[in-house]
Amino acid sequence: MTIPLIVYRSLRQHALSTLVTAASLALACGLLLTVWMVKVQTQRAFLDTSTAFDAVLGARGSKLQLVLNAIFHLEASPGNVSAADYEAIKHHPAVKAAIPIAVGDNYFGWRIVGTIPGMFTDIEYTRGKHYAVEAGGRFFDPAKREAVVGALVARRLGLSVGDTFKPYHGLSFNPNAQHPDVYTITGILEPTNTPADRVIWIPLAGVQTMTGHDPQAATEVSAVLIQLRAPSAGMMLDILYNRQGNRLTLAYPVGAIIADLFGKISWLDRVLALIAYLVAVVAAGSVLASIYASMAARRRDIAILRSLGARRRTVFGAILTEAAVIGLLGAVTGVLVYAGLFTVVAGVIRVQTGVVLDVLQWHPVLVICPLAMIALGAAGGIVPAWKAYRISVAENLAPSS
Amino acid sequence: MLAIADLKKSFVTPEGGPALIVDVPAFSLTAGEQVAVRGESGSGKTTFLHLIAGILAADAGRIAVDGRDMAELGEAERDRLRAEKIGYIFQTFNLLQGYTVLENVVLGMSFGPGADRAQAKILLERVGLGHRLSHYPRQLSTGQQQRVAVARALANRPRLVLADEPTGNLDRKHARAALALIRETCREAGAALLLVSHDEEVLAQFEGVRDFASLNRSVSP
Repeated sequence: MTIPLIVYRSLRQHALSTLVTAASLALACGLLLTVWMVKVQTQRAFLDTSTAFDAVLGARGSKLQLVLNAIFHLEASPGNVSAADYEAIKHHPAVKAAIPIAVGDNYFGWRIVGTIPGMFTDIEYTRGKHYAVEAGGRFFDPAKREAVVGALVARRLGLSVGDTFKPYHGLSFNPNAQHPDVYTITGILEPTNTPADRVIWIPLAGVQTMTGHDPQAATEVSAVLIQLRAPSAGMMLDILYNRQGNRLTLAYPVGAIIADLFGKISWLDRVLALIAYLVAVVAAGSVLASIYASMAARRRDIAILRSLGARRRTVFGAILTEAAVIGLLGAVTGVLVYAGLFTVVAGVIRVQTGVVLDVLQWHPVLVICPLAMIALGAAGGIVPAWKAYRISVAENLAPSS
Repeated sequence: MLAIADLKKSFVTPEGGPALIVDVPAFSLTAGEQVAVRGESGSGKTTFLHLIAGILAADAGRIAVDGRDMAELGEAERDRLRAEKIGYIFQTFNLLQGYTVLENVVLGMSFGPGADRAQAKILLERVGLGHRLSHYPRQLSTGQQQRVAVARALANRPRLVLADEPTGNLDRKHARAALALIRETCREAGAALLLVSHDEEVLAQFEGVRDFASLNRSVSP
């Protein structure tokens, strides 16, 4: 009980500096965990989401824009695909499924996407899982002005089956651009934790023939989501559309395009990680500084302990343990900081992208980072511990006679 | 119990030269013996006690405590010997201010044979502080702090008790009581007592009083 008692008493005696130092370690731990977990989960979520389709066919332009628009419902559509082109890819022998989508409207900022029922009945949004509507609802009738609402949109706007709404033109909400067409909600999608949760789905014809839309584009689609019969067929289609053709773009393979996106923004991860590492180093320095600064006041206590028979290594161990305990306090609090920070960040990401991040999802870094904080705290205690180790007992037991 | 021969200790003066502080050719104590040493302030008494306790290492000579020669022991072994065999009562008590009365005593025990809270409580009750176990030293009177120091020094059942001006900070009444307590508890424990003081009233209570100037050749009589 010797070292625990010494450590406990010392921490109590220096409670304020202990709390401040532990708080700085907690901040570092929380930041590191958040940066790491957001990066890992976001990448995984984006890649998982994109696994439902092998390729996207759209107007000539950026493959990344095409994928973001068609799969993640971000960005604007680069242009339209004609009905003939849609029919061509749909009946291509290498294509297993071709799901057209049409965009261009919103409801209070939430994107409205036109598609065909096959999107919900034929496609697994992730391995082994089909879209489903909550009890009491059904998918829309493609011939009617009906809508199925994503789980997040329904919750945020308070929509339920039987409600009606009028779409607004454009991808951004403009109260002066409301269409007169009235849609009735027939179903609320069960949460999928994918971008589909933040979309209002209506029949493809609904977007194509919306009052006010260009009648000449009434048969066009914004993009075609493609499942291939064999992955190798993508190479052939890539040559067909991207090299030999000049009107359309085939974004293939989707996973690689998303990976490329993360590659392009990896500098941001590195900057955030660097900031977190710097905070951690500063926190370790603060452990060193706070204990070292208190050494003058501790000299007499240490000399008394030594005069009672405490070995030098006991004193060294006590200071090192104290530093490690500060690290432990920082690590534990850091996990709480992470939980709070991650929840906020995950909320923003969900609203912006539809990707759902889980604060409780296991990853080894959840253990490694707190352990590193404890080690960092202990490392910050080495210099003060060495100073304590070298304290002269006789010189610090005043006065003498 | 304690045998000293040709003990020498020098310090470096601010001018850089050596100053011989302790030069004791011979001194000894038998088990249970109680001896007081008279000495003026600055005469090297504390250094002498620090050498016996192993807090300071001698430049030359031999100090044997309970048959073990300090010079032959490494620092860690000296620490252990001090924790197990020697009880040290300091003039300024040297209590740990951030620890309770009970913790001060228990901590002293933990470096020796092992912490024994029950035994520590018995000792504190013995010195009349059973009702102050969870108090901090600053919450005690000077006399009470002295009694904590006595309890701590005796907690490990030492074979030798060193007392450095133990009544120097007490008034007459408390000094007398503290001294009686130290002598009585040492007698009960069978521990040898070496007390240094310049207080004639304290010294008068001892049968065997030695003059530090006669023991230490570095001090002019």
